Amino acid sequence: MVEGLYARIAKWTFVYPLLLVSSVVMLFPLAWTFSTSLKTAATVTLREVKLIPDPVQWSNYITIFEESPLILYTQNTMYMVVTSVIGGVVICALAGYAFARIAFPAREVLFYVLLSTMMLPHVVQIIPLFVIFDRMGLVGTFWPLIIPRLLGHNAFYIFLMRQFFRGIPLELSDAARMDGCTELGIWARIIIPNSKPVLAAVGIFSIQFAWNDFLSPLIYLGPKKELWTLALGLNAQKGFEGEITSLHKMMVISVYMIIPMLLVFAFGQKYMIEGVTFSGMKG
Amino acid sequence: MLTGMQRYLHRHRAKWVGFAFILPWILSALWFDLIPFVTNLYLSFTDYSVSTSAPDWLGFENYREILEIDPLFTKSLGNTVYYLVLGVPIRLVVAFAIAVLLNLRIHALGTFRTIFYIPSVVPLVAVSIIFFGMFNARYGIFNQLLILLDLPPVRWLTRPEWIKPAMIIMSTWGFGAQMVIFLAGLQGIPSELYEAAEMDGGSYWHQLFRITIPMVSPVIFFNLIIGIIGGFQVFASAYVLLGPGGGPLNAGLFYVLHIYNNAFSYFRLGYAAALSVVLFLIILFFTVIMVRTSDRWVYYGDT
Repeated sequence: MVEGLYARIAKWTFVYPLLLVSSVVMLFPLAWTFSTSLKTAATVTLREVKLIPDPVQWSNYITIFEESPLILYTQNTMYMVVTSVIGGVVICALAGYAFARIAFPAREVLFYVLLSTMMLPHVVQIIPLFVIFDRMGLVGTFWPLIIPRLLGHNAFYIFLMRQFFRGIPLELSDAARMDGCTELGIWARIIIPNSKPVLAAVGIFSIQFAWNDFLSPLIYLGPKKELWTLALGLNAQKGFEGEITSLHKMMVISVYMIIPMLLVFAFGQKYMIEGVTFSGMKG
Repeated sequence: MLTGMQRYLHRHRAKWVGFAFILPWILSALWFDLIPFVTNLYLSFTDYSVSTSAPDWLGFENYREILEIDPLFTKSLGNTVYYLVLGVPIRLVVAFAIAVLLNLRIHALGTFRTIFYIPSVVPLVAVSIIFFGMFNARYGIFNQLLILLDLPPVRWLTRPEWIKPAMIIMSTWGFGAQMVIFLAGLQGIPSELYEAAEMDGGSYWHQLFRITIPMVSPVIFFNLIIGIIGGFQVFASAYVLLGPGGGPLNAGLFYVLHIYNNAFSYFRLGYAAALSVVLFLIILFFTVIMVRTSDRWVYYGDT
């Protein structure tokens, strides 16, 4: 379609400038974060607008390890991430396959149950779950955070998997079944190798949610500093308005916490946006 | 060749195979959805406090306290509604406007989309810490910019009237996820519709209101519902930005913060459970209203 002159003028005088300005606004907080992370205790409280600090103190990125047990926090966070990914791409994929392709009694009813748990606001589960885990003596351990993940407690992932698996040609799995493949064999040899986009999307969401999770770690790990995740560690670095002099340290930890997510985004952007879009389209 | 018996066994086993595949989910749905839901209802009628003492049955006492006595119930619900009524539409409009611009067959679409999406991948705690720094009244960049523009600085996090606007500004930064959903919806509109409208000489604005918005109204509806349900449950960003008390005069005490404080600061778990049941009913009420009225303003095709 040929673009009219009027439309072209509108684009160059209005659309592009607006998008450029918005882009600067969007990226500004990140630029400011990085800039602040390179300041010193003295320059962080200067009242000035200066994107390149003077001096540039790169050593902040090293000395932070002496002041905050970031390695430990990262390790603890990795327990969350790894169990979350296993639960997401293995356990949810198994369940999604059963909902998509295996006939079993009450499948439709159970699928409606699955959908309705998706609607349940998390807020009604916080307190009873705490009470249950408290009675089991598991508060102050990783278990309350890990068990739901390992059991694939995520209806949304199962739903995503199911929808995707339904699109894989039946002939493929029928042929394998003829050859004497079990359902597990079909899942492992036919379904999984053909489902890279949905596995990537669920894998990425699992990493993100585990990495970012705040409320559950706060409730279950709060008093146990040695079990803290990065999110809890970063929150603890925050002082009050008066103690703003450690702002550059907060920003160093923020940068450490942001970079892995930017990398995940860089490598998985396509699957991630597809996944987000899909959730919106089918929701 | 399979005999009839083998066939039967095979089919029968397949049944149980299906259950085996979903067994972990069944366990998790019982353990983390159904049992907690019921337990929560039970707890809400008790004075449950710590695991060592047996709870007393209170009947509707907790609910009476919420509705008649607790001043922070009204306060926190009011704060949350304020945040929702302004924050959700603002983020929705920004996300939609940017998506519409990106859908104008522009150059570097992928780059712009990435830039607008990036804030959505920044961990929420980091977002709050970053804005905590930027909102600082004396050294924060927002006030430095205001001073540069000869505008009076604002005590963003220490003046009750500025706390909720600060929260809304912060949450608007993360509009990217909604934007990509809008963008996909816009890209799905058949171009014949626009071509037909151009034949009829419809202006751009005419097309926007007569074609674009009706065609993506299901996406608007989805984003609105998700925004409202999420907005009622705002927690981490406020906790990190303002602390569990929600700042001066509880101006940023959102509903889930109030639940958190009752449960984990005062150990009034029964009362907190009742608060959560009330929030559940409020969310349910809004969702039902929206779904019920959706056929009046959401366009689901001609069929």
